[in-house]
Formats: sequence, structure tokens, C-alpha cells
Amino acid sequence: MTYLEALIQHSVALIIAVPLLSAFLMPLVSRVHPILRNIFALLMLTVTGCFIGLLTTDVLANGPRIYIFGAKELTLPLVRILFEVDGINVFMAIITIILAIIAVIYSWSFLDKQDGLDKYYTLLLLVVTSALGMEMTGDVFNFFVFLEISCIASCALIAFWIAEGEALEAAFKYIVISSVGALFVLFAVGIFYAQYNALNIATIAQAIQFSFLDKIALILLVVVLGMKAGLAPMHMWLPDAYGRAPPSVTLVIMSATLASFYGVLRILFTLYGNILPTSIRFDLPLNVVLGWILIVLAVVSILIGVIMALIQSDLMRLIGYAAVAEVGYMFLAIGTTIAALGAPYATVALHGGILHVLNDALDIGLLFLVAGAIYYVTKKRSLDDIGGLARTMKFTTVFFIIGLLAVAGMPPLNGFTSKFLIYESVYQLNPILSIIALLCSILMLAIFIKVLYATFFGPELPELKDVKEAPKSMLLAMGIVAGLAIFIGLFPNLFLDSLVKPAADALLNHTQYITTIVGGI
Amino acid sequence: MIQYIPFIAVVCMIFIGLYAAMFRRNLIKIVIGITIIESGVNLFLITLGYREGGVAPIYTSLPSGTVYPEQMVLPVPQALTLTSIVIGVAVLALMLSLVMHIYKKYETLDVQEMRRLKE
Repeated sequence: MTYLEALIQHSVALIIAVPLLSAFLMPLVSRVHPILRNIFALLMLTVTGCFIGLLTTDVLANGPRIYIFGAKELTLPLVRILFEVDGINVFMAIITIILAIIAVIYSWSFLDKQDGLDKYYTLLLLVVTSALGMEMTGDVFNFFVFLEISCIASCALIAFWIAEGEALEAAFKYIVISSVGALFVLFAVGIFYAQYNALNIATIAQAIQFSFLDKIALILLVVVLGMKAGLAPMHMWLPDAYGRAPPSVTLVIMSATLASFYGVLRILFTLYGNILPTSIRFDLPLNVVLGWILIVLAVVSILIGVIMALIQSDLMRLIGYAAVAEVGYMFLAIGTTIAALGAPYATVALHGGILHVLNDALDIGLLFLVAGAIYYVTKKRSLDDIGGLARTMKFTTVFFIIGLLAVAGMPPLNGFTSKFLIYESVYQLNPILSIIALLCSILMLAIFIKVLYATFFGPELPELKDVKEAPKSMLLAMGIVAGLAIFIGLFPNLFLDSLVKPAADALLNHTQYITTIVGGI
Repeated sequence: MIQYIPFIAVVCMIFIGLYAAMFRRNLIKIVIGITIIESGVNLFLITLGYREGGVAPIYTSLPSGTVYPEQMVLPVPQALTLTSIVIGVAVLALMLSLVMHIYKKYETLDVQEMRRLKE
């Protein structure tokens, strides 16, 4: 075995181990020098990114990879913790690590003069660890543990600006909702263990019967993970948390949110994959019922997100509601896939939905970074108090225009590709859904044009006369995201063929996921 | 009938906890509600771990005449419960510290009086 092979083989464990260990080294390192601390965080995330890159090339070439923790020779296969990584897992891990690296670059100057930054970086790396863990584990109980780590660490980060009462309120709301949610995930884990004596996703998926208890577990898991992903009508925590946390934190919390979205995908397509076509009542197959429920909730999220964004005056909160709408588009896509399982356009919808995860992370992330830059230079949140910033903040204005066009799905930016795939496939299921999605997208464009005029154009405000452009590290972070958005918009096929299609195949071909574990051990 | 009593208790505890978390206005009572849900879920896991005629998987103190390893109980639910208890303590501590800071800020624990995040 060569050195590189050993590295690839253990990269699954190292992707979790490197950020986890460096999180707890962080207080020690930051005692030495603040700049060393920032470099250390960036370096360790880059190392993790390299491992993810290695693993991605291997998984795309050789199929799913298993990593078993603990004794290999044990005869009881059901109690070992194991990680299983396939196309969708590496795709989500790439998104998480991109968001984390951008957040660290951005916080270099954004949180320059704040206290408690050693704890900040520790918690940030813990959120990254938990998101990566949720995305790579092949064990339902392990999923719960990482969900709780993400809940605790994100809550502490949301309350980072602890002097503001609203931040505390948002953090309390977040922890109440996500800890109750996580306990219901544990309840569902107990239901699985009671019936199948297993905690392994693949083993449960092979044995699943769709008894009454399985129905309860399915409802609990989809409701809880949908809530953690920000699906209406359980979206209330999302604009609060996104709007009150520092924008660099919002980026990593968004990666934890997207990990919950991945959880929904894994549960629907793999865990319940064997029994999706069984009919439940009145000759209606489970996939049609489930798909339409998701579609209805998704349309409600899109409508709520856009309508509530229309009346907001707080810039970050407004973007938070836009994020709810974007989550709605993702769920619209996977709802269509499940409702029309087997039809050719179902695959197209899944491609659109998966690509939209990446695009949503980049677009909403870019808008939050711009909002953070505005807050950094003006110390104001409300749209009524800012105006005419384009005179001094030229680069930030350009990045905001890129972000607003991308989030509204205008060509040639990245949002266009995924939204176009979604409209195209949803139209074949039901034209009205497609029309609603398209209209809301246009409404979103109108909202952000209004924001553009309110903040960057218009008369110069006397109290904002001496604001400066945002610092270099923030511009660099925004520039990377904007560059990625343009690059994906110009060459969507590159990403569709190399990353999105393997991810969609991994979800649709759930027997491969099961046989890799059940046959391989 | 007697073997169903723990499950009935689990359902009762979860609903009592949910009621407290959703409808009480005092922050401390919300925290207590979440703790009750957690205890209910832990009780559920522990109840699942009970096997009739099984013995605890401790090699040094096996009763004589034990059929090894068929009679030994696989201690997975107990391990899950221990993990869940540890996580629960962390969540509880974090929630209470947040409540403390909120009280310092607003000088009230009533949810209705502190809602600044609306719409």
C-alpha cells in the first residue's frame, strides 16, 4: 500500500479528526498570537479541504467507500460505528468546507476588535466538524450525536454578540427548537433499534417493513430535519438566527442547515428507499403522498419567504427570509423527484435540487457577507438609516449586484442554471407550481433591486460621509464567492457532470449504498 | 399489560414536556419542559434495553450456568442513553446560561414581555 493510498483510506476519519482536534487546540494556539490563531484556523480547514478533495476523486472513480471505527474482526456487525461516503456525501462536504474557509477569511478583519475570539474559532470549527460528521456518517445514532453538537455550537455562536438582547433571544429560540427536534430524532433512532436491532442506515434500510412504528419514525425525522433545514411552517427560527448572528457565523450555520437538508435526502431516498413505491391507502403510493406534502410545504416556504422579505426593514433579516424561499426551491425539487419517481424529469428535478444546494449556499452567503460589510462600516442594520453607499463602497456594490442577480436566477449567474432545471421539471409535474416558482423569483429580484437602491444609490447621507470601503480580507472573501458564482453560471455542465450527476445517482440507486455495507462486511 | 406501563409513561412525559415547552411563558419552565422530554426519551431507550432472562454483560460477575454469549444482553441502548444524558447536561447548562443573560438584559423571564424579534 503506497503512502497516498493509505492517506485516501484514512481520509474519511481525518476529515472529522482534523477540525475536531484543531478546535480544541485553538485556545492554546491563540495564547501565542492572534494572527497565528487565524492562520492556524485557515490552515487546518485547508488541510481538511485537501482530504475532501482526495476523497472526492477516489469516490467518483471507485464508488462508495466505507470506514469502520473499532474492531474489524468482531462477528456482530450491527453495533460498530462506520462511515459510508458516496457521491452525495462528498458533494455536501465540499459545500461545507467552502463555506467554512470563506467564513474564516471573512472573520479575519470582520471580528478584528472583538473579545473571546479563541472561543469563537473553537465553536466555528466544531460546527464545521458536526456538519461534516452529519454528512458522512452511516449510522443513525451517530447522526443524532453530530446533530446535537451542531445545535450546541451554533447556539453559542448565534449569541456571539451577547450585548444585544435580540441575539440572546434568537439563540434561545434556536436551542429550544433544535434540542426538542434532536430529542425526537433520538426517539426515532430508538424506534429503529427496537424493531431491527440495528443502528446502521444500510442495515435498517434493507430490513425496513413500513410498520406503524416506521410511519411514526418517518414523520418525526422528516418534520425535525425539515425544521432544521428551514422549511415552512417551522421556519421562524431561521430569519432570527441568520439575522442576529455575525454574518461569518451565518455562513457556517448555513452549512449545518444544509447538512440537515442532506439528512432529509438520505432518509427519504436511502432509509425508506425500498418501500417508497408501496401503496398506503386508496391505491396511493407512498412516494406520491410524500412528494406532494413536500411540494405543498415548499410552495408555502417560497411564498412566506418572499412575502415576508418584502416588508422587512432590517437588511440581514430580509436576507434571512430570502434564504427561507431558497430552501423552498430545494424542497420543491426533491418533492417533484419523489412524487414522480421513475419519470425522466424526476432525475432532472433532482439534478436541479442538488445543484441548487451549492448555489443557495453561495448566493445567500454572498448577500450576507455584503450585509455584514455594510454593518461593519456603518454600524447600522435598518435600511432606513443607510443610503448612497455606492460612492465609497464600489467593490461591495458590485458584489451585491452579482449576489442579487444570482439569487433571483438571472443568467449568466449560477442561480439561473439550477432554477431553470427546477422550473423545467416542475412544469412537467404541474405547470401552476412552475409559474408560482417563477413569479416568486421575479418578486425576489424586485425586492433586492429595492434594497440596492435603498442602500447603495440615492442621496448621500451626511452621517455616512466618511465611511470607507470594507477591509481587504472581507473583500477577498466576497470576491471568492462572487467568482465561484460567475464560474458556475458560465460553466454549469462542468459541475453537473462531475459532481451533481454522481450525487443524484447515489441517491436514486439506493441498493448500491445498502449492498456496499450489507454485502461487504 | 404491566410491560406496557413504561411506554405509557414515556408518551405521557413527552407530551407533558412538549406542552410546557410550547405553552408556558416562563423561560425556566420551558427549560424544565425540554428536560422532561429528554427524560422521557431516555426512559424509552432504557425500556427497549430490557430483555427477559438476560444477564448484564460483565465477564467477571456472570452467574454460574450462563450460556455465553446468548444470554448476555447487548448493552447498546444503555450506551446510547449514557451519551444522550451527557449531551442533555450540556444543552441544559447552555440553556440556563442563556436564560441568565436574558434575565440580566430584560429583567424578566416572561416570553411575552421580551419579544423584540417579531414579524
